[in-house]
Amino acid sequence: MDYLVSILVATIAAGTPLVFAALGELVTEKSGVLNLGVEGMMLVGAIAAFAATAATGSPWTGVLAGMLAGAATALIFAVLTLTLMANQVAAGLALSLFGVGLSAFVGKSYESVSLDPSAPLTIPILSDIPLLGPVLFSQQPLVYVSWAAFAGIAWFMYRSRPGLVLRAVGEAPKSAHAIGYSVITIRYLATLFGGAMAGIGGAFLSVFYTPLWVENMTAGRGWIALALVVFATWRPARVMIGAYLFGGVTVAQFFAQGEGAAIPSQFLSMLPYLATIVVLVIISRNLNTIRLNAPVSLGKPFHPEVA
Amino acid sequence: MRLKLEARPEPSHAMKYVSPLIAAVLTFVAGFVLFSALGRNPWNAFHAFFVQPVDDLNGVAELLLKASPLVLCAVGLAVGFRASVWNIGAEGQLTAGAIAAGWLALAFPETESVLLLPAMIVAGALGGMAWAAIPAFLRTRFNANEILTSLMLVYVAVLLLSYLVHGPLKDPQGFNFPQSKEFHEAALFPYLIDGTRLNASVFVAAAVVAVGWWFMMRSFGGYTMRVAGLAGSAARYAGFSATRTVWLGMLAGGATAGLAGVGEVAGPIGQLLPSVSPGYGFAAIIVAFVGRLHPGGIVLAGLLMSLLYLGGESAQMTLDLPSAITGLFQGMLLFFLLGADVFINYRVRIVQPMRGATAPAGV
Repeated sequence: MDYLVSILVATIAAGTPLVFAALGELVTEKSGVLNLGVEGMMLVGAIAAFAATAATGSPWTGVLAGMLAGAATALIFAVLTLTLMANQVAAGLALSLFGVGLSAFVGKSYESVSLDPSAPLTIPILSDIPLLGPVLFSQQPLVYVSWAAFAGIAWFMYRSRPGLVLRAVGEAPKSAHAIGYSVITIRYLATLFGGAMAGIGGAFLSVFYTPLWVENMTAGRGWIALALVVFATWRPARVMIGAYLFGGVTVAQFFAQGEGAAIPSQFLSMLPYLATIVVLVIISRNLNTIRLNAPVSLGKPFHPEVA
Repeated sequence: MRLKLEARPEPSHAMKYVSPLIAAVLTFVAGFVLFSALGRNPWNAFHAFFVQPVDDLNGVAELLLKASPLVLCAVGLAVGFRASVWNIGAEGQLTAGAIAAGWLALAFPETESVLLLPAMIVAGALGGMAWAAIPAFLRTRFNANEILTSLMLVYVAVLLLSYLVHGPLKDPQGFNFPQSKEFHEAALFPYLIDGTRLNASVFVAAAVVAVGWWFMMRSFGGYTMRVAGLAGSAARYAGFSATRTVWLGMLAGGATAGLAGVGEVAGPIGQLLPSVSPGYGFAAIIVAFVGRLHPGGIVLAGLLMSLLYLGGESAQMTLDLPSAITGLFQGMLLFFLLGADVFINYRVRIVQPMRGATAPAGV
């Protein structure tokens, strides 16, 4: 029982960076922008958060710094693709490569720094529920924030008017433009939001999860988050399920190693990446699943003068 | 008064070639600003980063040595990119090629046959192709996005190499370091210039550039791929197979990345290590774009990118800056290129709003 609880607690913690990054990317993609720079934005967010926490001693200042840094890098992408009409795939790759380089450069002097681990926030009464209590209600505070973000995004996307406009911009930018919405402004906001969320995801990794700075510490989580959005067929609830599934896969390898499984550790470490491929294949196999769910204008530039 | 982007009636041909130059110049300028901001004398730093690494014969040899894997990977990637086949897993394919070639070298430790090195070259190319075949198959058979699958396989390849050098291929006399035995003479590219590390693998790169040029610019196969990239529906209408396009694009990138892997392990490294590339496969994406997906441009871009690697090492030694600064410059170079590319399809117009009236709409 205690063993199961510790696995589940670790699963949720491991899934949380993916929750932030994938929910953010979901919002960005719903507006019709494909930002492949999630990995870079997470890394920049991670190092900014780590540096700010190391300087101030306050992890929340760190989270704020990570959020702003993620949004700032997303702004570079937005200027290139939305104002200068650059190819979104190329600009996204550029952002990922840039983020790797920038974070490694800034992070060099933080490699031997360690932060004090933050204690989880245990919610009274709720955490006394058997099994679910300790799993769900004795987590890092940022985990609760991720649930609030999920609820907020799900409500915004499907129950609010601005959310409807955002989806319209992603599905039919010309129509949205014709009835007076600024497609470019809305896409800017969605892209910045995605960057901020990726930055928080990175901050969670470097400030709460490890808490260390290691070069390239996201280890592909940004790319996995991109795959999760496809896996989730662009629906927030499925993003959550997917993120925790991947959290489970990540954690399973640690527990298997701890149990002294006979498999070499490298093969266990491959699991999340192989799982990503398997999941993508399963969901993409039926062409209609993607066609019916992907935002129609995803990745296509929009220029109001040409429209 | 404000500035406005206005679509050109036709894409500017000249800007296509000017914009990489603008990007390179802007990268130099940004470097200048960055060095000043870091409290270094910008002229000295600039000299240390961009001039000092290549001011002697050894430096030029190193420039060519590092440019080879970048150019190799980028030429193969360009074949795919032209057809909108986004293989971004060249780093993994390079690693797979290095594993295949390295395994062959270690399997024949006694031989002095001159055939060993050619066999390793073939094995490396096949290894890279096999690794690239996985995303190609998943894309053509299951419609799975090749960007994500090829990237995931980078991590898998690197972990596989790590397993091999920690386990089956570990040097028993290596004091338990995660590395293979050093390759013997017959498994290494011969040196070209005494006193430098430049070896015959540059000829492999040169040959690939020539073949790549012929395929992309002169062959019918290359033409069908270009059409597929520019206008997918036109290609379908003309009966060019989309499946074939994906396979060709992926396998070309896999083969050349595999060759780059051979060049590393049978060249400057000379054995299998946990890491056989400082990110050449990723940097090659930038090389391919900055080189305008053209073999000639890729050679120039490869040399520039190689200089950034050397500059990073030099910055670490003489300026006390982390060599990771290279990655920063690489990213900036591509950002500037993408930004400058706007002028291929658009031009800047100065719009003067008339008082009391709205400006007339652009025609």
